[in-house]
Amino acid sequence: MWEYTDKVKDHFLNPRNVGVIETPDGVGEVGSLACGDALKLTIKLDENKRIEDAKFQTFGCASAIASSSALTEMIKGLSLDEAKKINNEDIAQYLGGLPKEKMHCSVMGRDALEKAIAHYYGEAEKKTEGEIVCECFGVTDLEIERAVKENNLETIEDVTDYVKAGGGCGNCHEKIQEIIDSVTGKERVLEKAHKQLTNIQKIKLIEETLDREIKPALEKDGGSIELVDVDGNLVMVKLRGTCATCSASEVTIKSYVETKLRELVTSELVVEEVQ
Amino acid sequence: MKIVYMDNNATTKVAPEVLDEMLPFFSQFYGNPSSMHSFGDTADKKIKQAREKVAALIGSAPEEIILTSCGTESDSTAIHAAILSNPDKKHILTTRVEHPAVKNLCEYLFKKGYRVTFIPVDRKGCLDISFLKKNLTVDTAIVSIMWANNESGVIFPIDEISQITKERGIIFHTDAVQAVGKLPIDVRKVNVDMLSLSGHKIHAPKGVGALYLRKGTKFSPFLIGGHQEGGRRGGTENVASIIGLGKACELAWGHLDEQRTRVKGLRDQLETELLKKIPEAMINGDQEHRLPNTTSIGFEYVEGESILLMMDRFGICASSGSACTSGSLEPSHVLRAMGVPFTAAHGSIRFSLSVYNTPEEIDFIIDNLPPIIARLREMSPFWKEAVG
Repeated sequence: MWEYTDKVKDHFLNPRNVGVIETPDGVGEVGSLACGDALKLTIKLDENKRIEDAKFQTFGCASAIASSSALTEMIKGLSLDEAKKINNEDIAQYLGGLPKEKMHCSVMGRDALEKAIAHYYGEAEKKTEGEIVCECFGVTDLEIERAVKENNLETIEDVTDYVKAGGGCGNCHEKIQEIIDSVTGKERVLEKAHKQLTNIQKIKLIEETLDREIKPALEKDGGSIELVDVDGNLVMVKLRGTCATCSASEVTIKSYVETKLRELVTSELVVEEVQ
Repeated sequence: MKIVYMDNNATTKVAPEVLDEMLPFFSQFYGNPSSMHSFGDTADKKIKQAREKVAALIGSAPEEIILTSCGTESDSTAIHAAILSNPDKKHILTTRVEHPAVKNLCEYLFKKGYRVTFIPVDRKGCLDISFLKKNLTVDTAIVSIMWANNESGVIFPIDEISQITKERGIIFHTDAVQAVGKLPIDVRKVNVDMLSLSGHKIHAPKGVGALYLRKGTKFSPFLIGGHQEGGRRGGTENVASIIGLGKACELAWGHLDEQRTRVKGLRDQLETELLKKIPEAMINGDQEHRLPNTTSIGFEYVEGESILLMMDRFGICASSGSACTSGSLEPSHVLRAMGVPFTAAHGSIRFSLSVYNTPEEIDFIIDNLPPIIARLREMSPFWKEAVG
């Protein structure tokens, strides 16, 4: 059974603001029957353009109902600019936290709110923006990218927990990984840029890595490796022993030696074999 | 709060008679059945009797029973035995609606290079036998098909399938975990080579099961170790639980008629009344070939986890085929394979009864479930649209 907080249970069993506002100022609908959860949010503004009333209808599990109920409570009395700032993390926090696998319920709340506000301003549906990555749940690359950025997601599983993408047939896992990499990869490059190595430091680190990590691994197969020269980011090596005559030596160089050096020294390195 | 337990396909309570037989074997007669003293021999004798009772329930010889730790171990043992003893055959035939114990193992073997064919089911959850026939090849190492489905309760034509596999000389294994104790099963009449059963589905404790292995079937042990189980399954016997399994099989034999009559009657009443009181609800699965204790009902436009948690407040225990209860995002693979529409799949609830259920409990559910569904539908954005 899920570990729901008392607040989640309370909002599930005694949901606040269930229903539809008859003449709403904004309507936000997200999800579908096929997806397993859906939320319709209606909001009404007062003369000062603050949210006077909010009502919801939700099809979904306990945390989906609780997230919707919490959302309506949170936004009442707020101006639209204030309401815009509410994100899925705020909804989850209001409820004392949600199980990780259920975070998509809070994202659904945030999405419905955004749509309702956009609807009020008469903005066109943003639905077609981006390219569908997950066919099963109709999730776009932009939605995935946003979730990864906002919640510091690191794995495909995380993405599934937050926006459902990848939770169906699994055909899109590769694409999701690419998006994660492109988001986190950018940051990784920035981090590395801070610790620029001098040439001497770089060569020393390459030597150390070869001795400590790479040679012992190759020696297990009766091979070895020798550093010939380093020119900028070009690392020139010679393979020894069985590696020298191995038909897969190219693969060894690229997929093992280069990867390892990039990981432990700097990501710009290129390794080449010299005769 | 009184518990109304209708989740017996998940697990069952240990019968009081079963527990009584087990208790002395924890701290009183704790000897190892393999030991060379009469103290250990006390346990050995009881295991022998238990094995006879398990065999009697399915019509086998006692030496054709291998005692295991659970249904999953029995399934894994069976499938591994078949592929290890037929190393040149690389094809496995199973169904799209197997329990994860078989399904996930077959998917694992697929990744290891085996060719696996999954037989589809129709809207009622019944198997496409012509598809099965078409896909048997000389390369097929094993056919593994469950006797009855845990979610829909649909019973598969094991007798008919076993004729086909016998003619072709292909090993046939059936996961009969849900069928044993609920249906009469006689391996003298049905040509299965291997059959898995589990203790905790028939009022024995969790952690004990058995594999029936027809005499003459090629075998290779899964747990390699001591000489126990005739060298077919290493590991010191789980003495108390095995004794419990024996007693449970004896009781189940005595309850077979009751399953067919009283338990089925209660199930039918529950089903009929719920469908009468709750509009837009449907039964998942073939009602003609179905376990007497199981019903899977799809309540449209509501979600299963919400139903379960609201029933939980009344002490009612059942299961759901919904995505949200399992942590996955899609409804159960069984309901999807059957093509149950999404409107109903997410809101499907399985009630599974036992001989311990009473008419009062059925009434309790009939009184308390309809308001829960009505309340959730009031909350659902699709309900008003659907009913206009």
